[in-house]
Amino acid sequence: MERIPILKMGDVLLVTIQVDMHDQLALALQDDLTEKISHTGARGVLIDISAVEVVDSFMGRMIANIAAMARILDAQTVLVGMQPAVAITLVELGLTLPGVRTALNVERGMALLLAEVGSPSRSLLGEADGDGQG
Amino acid sequence: MSPAATTRLPEIIKRREQDLLERWVKEQLSDVAMRRDVVSESQLREESREFLGLVAQAAGKSSLTSLDSAAWQPVRDMLSDLSRARAARGFSSSETATFVFSLKQPLFDVLRQEHDGQAATLTDELWTASSALDRLALYTTEVYQKGREEVILRQQEEMLELSTPVVKLWEGVLALPMIGTLDSARTQVVMESLLQRIVETGAEVAIIDITGVPTVDTLVAQHLLKTITAARLMGAECIISGIRPQIAATIVHLGVDLSAVITKATLADAFQVALSRLGLTVQRAPARP
Repeated sequence: MERIPILKMGDVLLVTIQVDMHDQLALALQDDLTEKISHTGARGVLIDISAVEVVDSFMGRMIANIAAMARILDAQTVLVGMQPAVAITLVELGLTLPGVRTALNVERGMALLLAEVGSPSRSLLGEADGDGQG
Repeated sequence: MSPAATTRLPEIIKRREQDLLERWVKEQLSDVAMRRDVVSESQLREESREFLGLVAQAAGKSSLTSLDSAAWQPVRDMLSDLSRARAARGFSSSETATFVFSLKQPLFDVLRQEHDGQAATLTDELWTASSALDRLALYTTEVYQKGREEVILRQQEEMLELSTPVVKLWEGVLALPMIGTLDSARTQVVMESLLQRIVETGAEVAIIDITGVPTVDTLVAQHLLKTITAARLMGAECIISGIRPQIAATIVHLGVDLSAVITKATLADAFQVALSRLGLTVQRAPARP
């Protein structure tokens, strides 16, 4: 079965959704991600949805759920790269994703996460996080 | 009303086409309302000749009472082109319809000559010709109106685009000065253009300035909140500025909750907040020695 890859970068898990999400895929991602967080003890989760063009209410709820679950597992979630059309759709659906942090792109999302969790393994990421406080 | 089959009109029009054309053009040129400044005589003659030729052709194929039939399609097409062209050149609708109406006089003259002494037939023929021309003239008016409506619609769209500029104040700071009443259609355009610009410029802060918005009601407030939420979902922060005292009072009286949004009185204040978000400060340059 098709799966969305979850990459580990230091204390942060990076999820890049490159395909159009369908319900089964979203459920599988939820399971995989929670499993991986508890397994690796990651402190942050970065979900890049810049390639997602279409969302429905189910997808919106899945994103909110994933963020809530990650928070319970002590990992911050940052959602990055949402397309304008997707943002408008979610707002019209009434899904404003209250507890979810957002950023314009992966780079800024990573800086935000690192500032938040103060990753001890920052050196792994080279110069990109040079301005992150912690 | 006589049955259309017995009418001699098509035959008469065809036979005396040249004569009719001369009389008609003369008639149109003598009209004081004629816009000589925009339509030249040769152009008018050409248009009249084309129309008369098409009518003669169509009347030969189909009856004069069934103007909606396929045989009359060339006439209708010609008239719509004419009305559109005249509408674009600033003719009024009655001036456009006069083109067809002015054919009545010469046509009736010709009919009178043809049916000299046959009062009953003449009346029937006049009636047929008159009603056919009336309908053709009405058709021009309709097309004319449609043409004008298209112009209005296009202008509305252009105004919509003109009224929602997104300007870049600084690297990473966008401003959206809103002017005029906000309705759903405009807010949609505003929202889309703002979000699009956020993607293009990678701006982290967007300032929505509502100094030019005359009134704020619950609907407008809701539209604003939607825009702000959508921008937040994309990772940009919105600041509302330019809230006048009366509008602040209205917002509170309406019970609109803006507590989740940063609001500032002026664009300058909002810009300051935006700069501090980006870790920038403005300071006076040291005095030159």
